[in-house]
This record gives sequence, structure tokens and C-alpha cells, in this order.
Amino acid sequence: MINRLSIDYKQLPLIATIALFVLMFSFGSLRYTGFFSTQVFLNLFIDNAFLIVVAVGMTFVILSGGIDLSVGSVIALTSMVAASLTMEAQLSPVIVVPISLLVGTVLGMVQGSLIHFYNLQPFIVTLAGMFLARGLSYVISVETIAIEHPFFSYMASTQIPLPGGTFISISVVIAIIIVIIAIFLGHFTKFGRTIYAIGGSEQSAMLMGLPVGRTKVLIYTLSGFCASLAGLIFTFYMLSGYGLHANGMELDTIAAVVIGGTLLTGGAGYVAGSVVGVLILGIIQTIIVFEGTLSSWWTKIAIGVLLFLFIVLQRIIVIRSEKKQAKE
Amino acid sequence: MGKSIMRSRLFWPIMVLILILLINLFFDSSFLSIEVRNGRLTGSIIDILNRGAPLMLISIGMTLVIATKGIDLSVGSVIAMSGAIGAMSVANAETDGLGPLFTAIALALVISTLVGGWNGLLVSRIGVQPIVATLILMVAGRGVAQLITGGQITTVYYDPYNFIGGGYLLALPFSVFIVAFVLLLAVLITRKTALGLFIESVGSNPDASRLAGINSKNIMLMVYLFSGFCAGVGGLILSSNVMSADGNNAGLWFELDAILAVVIGGTSLMGGRFYLMGTIIGALIIQSLTTTIYSIGVPAETNLVVKAVVVLIVCLLQSPEFRSKVFGTGKLKKTKEQKESEGVTLS
Repeated sequence: MINRLSIDYKQLPLIATIALFVLMFSFGSLRYTGFFSTQVFLNLFIDNAFLIVVAVGMTFVILSGGIDLSVGSVIALTSMVAASLTMEAQLSPVIVVPISLLVGTVLGMVQGSLIHFYNLQPFIVTLAGMFLARGLSYVISVETIAIEHPFFSYMASTQIPLPGGTFISISVVIAIIIVIIAIFLGHFTKFGRTIYAIGGSEQSAMLMGLPVGRTKVLIYTLSGFCASLAGLIFTFYMLSGYGLHANGMELDTIAAVVIGGTLLTGGAGYVAGSVVGVLILGIIQTIIVFEGTLSSWWTKIAIGVLLFLFIVLQRIIVIRSEKKQAKE
Repeated sequence: MGKSIMRSRLFWPIMVLILILLINLFFDSSFLSIEVRNGRLTGSIIDILNRGAPLMLISIGMTLVIATKGIDLSVGSVIAMSGAIGAMSVANAETDGLGPLFTAIALALVISTLVGGWNGLLVSRIGVQPIVATLILMVAGRGVAQLITGGQITTVYYDPYNFIGGGYLLALPFSVFIVAFVLLLAVLITRKTALGLFIESVGSNPDASRLAGINSKNIMLMVYLFSGFCAGVGGLILSSNVMSADGNNAGLWFELDAILAVVIGGTSLMGGRFYLMGTIIGALIIQSLTTTIYSIGVPAETNLVVKAVVVLIVCLLQSPEFRSKVFGTGKLKKTKEQKESEGVTLS
């Protein structure tokens, strides 16, 4: 009985998140006409597909006890690379897409290597990566590059019909595939278990003979890849490349992961939780749009308040489990 | 003699600063000249000091926070909030008297300090990691600043307000005096009283410090209060410089510049020893880098790439692993340092 209770404690943030989502959705449905529909729910996925993909990568990073501040800039850089290769170099998407995906992957791998081999703090390395990626996208061009290409328009405008007259976009399908792969990686592979072990205690993981170094480099590579993929999805969504795209996105992503119940100290959390976290950020925006009179900055304040509540909740859980350990 | 100068923590930062200034001199031969115009000193050097004032202030606060092994990401948003409060409270001033000015300053500084205190409470009392605790205000603070200004840029037509960031005293920009005053205050308090030692000891090992009888929690609270205060002053200078309140863009990226300045100045992100003078030189390096990039006609946006490379190089040079791998010399000393830094991570 006691054992079951302790498991509940670790899952408390996730349960709170899901409850919060249901609460906010019912609040919206009661307050605004037209809010309670499957399409409004699906729009949350359509508008936030890229955020889901970044959040998945970030979840792994945070689970390992690190942080990746470069993701927002990588999205901008990817959109810029894709736009300039398509419009200025006139390359076919068959070449553009792999190159764009490589951008973030390589950057992530370099960051991971610096963090692991030279024992630098993830925070400062990814901060430099953030500067670098944003600076490089400005070096490509200071202006917005609009994309006019049949492939990109196809990706942007295709609607996949679902029963009940609703639809989703191709980006949503990509995001869902990524989430499924990530859940598999996180819970059913050695790689996933090593991540949780590193997050619990890096030293213990090392002593257990787990491949800590390789896993750490892979985690940041994966996060970079996710950021690049998100950058492509973002490009489909905006149909342009711009150095200021996704400004501050890293904070939204971290917020989504934290609200989704992943402990910032690492070692506990779920990929699926982060998806719910993203949906909560999305629903805040939807409510503000439906309300009509509220300005956009209320989103920031609301996210700040939620972050605060969830972080305090996390602290209470950690303190409780520490006390319990001390008792035993 | 020569060696002892080289070993000084300030040697490399000063060399870099001189190098940047020399590069400027190469492109613009009148770069170092200072003229007296209307009883005011003008010239590029004065300009760098004046424009770098907010960054220097914020970096002073950040140095003490980093010395306790913390970080304050909220400074950019606090700048925006403080500037917004200051400018909005004098925006409708009808007289040209000094009353509204002092009210605005007091209001902005008190609120910024309280905001810093909120960070401090989260870190010291609830025990939240500094990055996360200050992240909350980094996100929400800008929202609050936009709320205060209504999301628009409000122009101030109240002349005395301009004095904080644009005024001159004894032929020098007034902001330089503010920096000098805050720096003097910080140096005196940390070097002439035991407080500096307490901060360093909390940064190296909070638990050991507590056992040694130091009130670690209050020391942490204090440095965040001070960082909030510094950001508040910086916000007032910035908003007074442009005579407007801008919740959206004021202080954007400042937290990163400030951290960069502290790291260049030789203070380690692992906490412990701190170097206030190094930080000042670090802030000046960043400011002159910006000025240089503007003056030699490279697109201003490249600034970010240069900064990224600088951060990486400085961090790599600070990393014992990197030094022993690349230079391979002085192994004995390095291993000792390595042990020390590992001791810190373990704690």
C-alpha cells in the first residue's frame, strides 16, 4: 500500500497536468461557443506540431539532467537554410530536406561532445550554440526569405481528413510518429534506461558501467535533430525563413517539459507528459484568442505562473521523497 | 615581475580589450582621441563607457550571483520592467520639477529589488535550481513589462528623466558615475567586510559554509536582491537614454551578455572566487566588440556569431580537461586543479 502511494507521488505532476488540461478545456467549452469541438482540439496539434517535436528532444536532455538552450535558434537556422537553398540555390527538396535536418544534428553533436569531453556545463555550451545558430541565420540573410515551391506549399496546405469532418495536417502526422518513436526509445531500449540512470546520478551510472559519454553525446544530437525537424515543420507552417523565427522558443519548450511533469533535476518524467505540456501552452493561447480582449502578453504571464506552480510542486515531491529515504 | 603580471587574472581580459581597441584604431585613426565639446568630453572611448554602463551594472550583480554558484536569467526582464515603471510613472508628469523623477526612481528600484528578492526566496528558501527559478521571471517578467506599457512604446516628454542616462556631470556622462558608485559599493562591501568571503564560501560549498556558521540562505537571498537592484538601475538608464518605455525589446539578450561578461572576467560558473574588476573589463570588451562591429561595417547581426565563439573559447580555456589535453604542460598543477573542481561538482 505504502509502495503504491510512493509511485503516485512521482506521477503527481503528470496527473496534475492532465487534470489541468481537462479543466482548461472544459472551462473554454463552457465559456465560449464553438470551443467544444474536435477541430479545436485537433488545431492544438496542428498549431503546435513543431513545439511537440522540440519538446520530445528536450525531454531527453532534461531527463539526463542537462538543458538545451539552442533549440529556438536551431529552428530559425533550419528555416533559413531550407529557404535559401530552395529559393536562392534552386535545389530540389530531395536535397534540401536532408541538409536542413543535418544542420541541427551536427550542431547538437558538437554541443554534446563539448559537454562530455571537456566537462563544460550544458547551460553555457548550448547558450553559445544559441548565439551561433541565430548569428549564422543572420549571416545567410537579414531579411525574410519567402518560400514559393510546390513541395512546401503541398506540405503546408494538405489536409488529411478524419471522420466527423475534421482534419489534421502532415506536420501532425510527423509529430505523432516522432512521439511514438521517442516513447519506444525512452521506455523500451537500453539507451532510454541509460538516460534515466544518468539523470538519477551520473556517477552511479558511470560506476554501473553504462556508456555515459556516448549516451550524453547522443542525447544532444537527438535534441538537435528534433529541433531541426521542428524547424522544417515550422517552415512548412510559416512558408518562410527568417532569423527571428522562434525567438524565445527554448523557454516555451522547457516550460512545456516542466509542466509535463519531467523533473528538472533529471531522472523522472515521461515523453508523453511533455506532449500534454505543449497542449496546455496551446490551450492557453486558444483561450486568449477566444476571449478576444486579452492581449498576447497574458500568455507569458500565464506560462510564468504555471511554471512557478509546477516547480514548487516538484520541489515538494523531491523533499518528500528525500525525507522518506532518510526515514528508511 | 613579468611573470607575476602575466599570472594576474586580469592580464588576458585586459590584453583582449587592448587588442580590440587597437583594431579599431587601425580602421579609424581618430578612435582614441577625446575632445571637449560644449564642456563635455566626447569620443569613442567615452561612448563605449556610456553605452556600456547598463551592461557593467548588471554584470556586477551577476558576478555576485554566479559567485554563489547561481545564475540570474531574469535580469533582461527586470530591465524591461524597471524601465517601464520608471518611464510610465513620469510619462504624465506635468511639472518640470524633480518630484516625479525621484518617485519614478524610487518606485522602479524598489520593485526591481523586490523582484530580485522573489528570485532569492525561490532559490534560498524553496531550494529551486537558480536557472529554473529565474527562468520563471524571465518569461513572466517580460509579460508584466508589456502589461505596464500596454505593449506599446511610450515616449516620455519629461526632461529631467533624461539626466539618468543622458546627462553629464563634470564633463563625463552621468551613467559612468552611477557605475563607479555601484562598483565602489560592491568592492567595499565584498572586499573590506567578510561578506565577500562568505559569498565565495557559499559558492564553493553551501553545506560546509552552513556548518561553519554562515547563514548560506541569507547570503543567497542577498545576492539576488542586489542583482535585481542592479538590473533596476540598468533599466532606468536604458529607458532614460531613449526617453521611452519599451516592454518588448528593452533588455533583450542582456542576461546572456552579462553572463558572458562575468565569464570573460575570469569568474567561474562553478561558483567560488569572483573578480569584480574582471567583470567590468569583460563588459567593456563586449561593448567595444559591438562598437567595432558597427564601425568596420560588418553586418551587426554577425555580433552573435563572434560572441558565441568568444564564449566557447573562454569556457574551453577554463576547462581543466581541455587545457591538459591541448597544452599538456604543467600536469601536476592541472591535476590539482582538476581535483579541486571535481570536489566542487561532488558537493
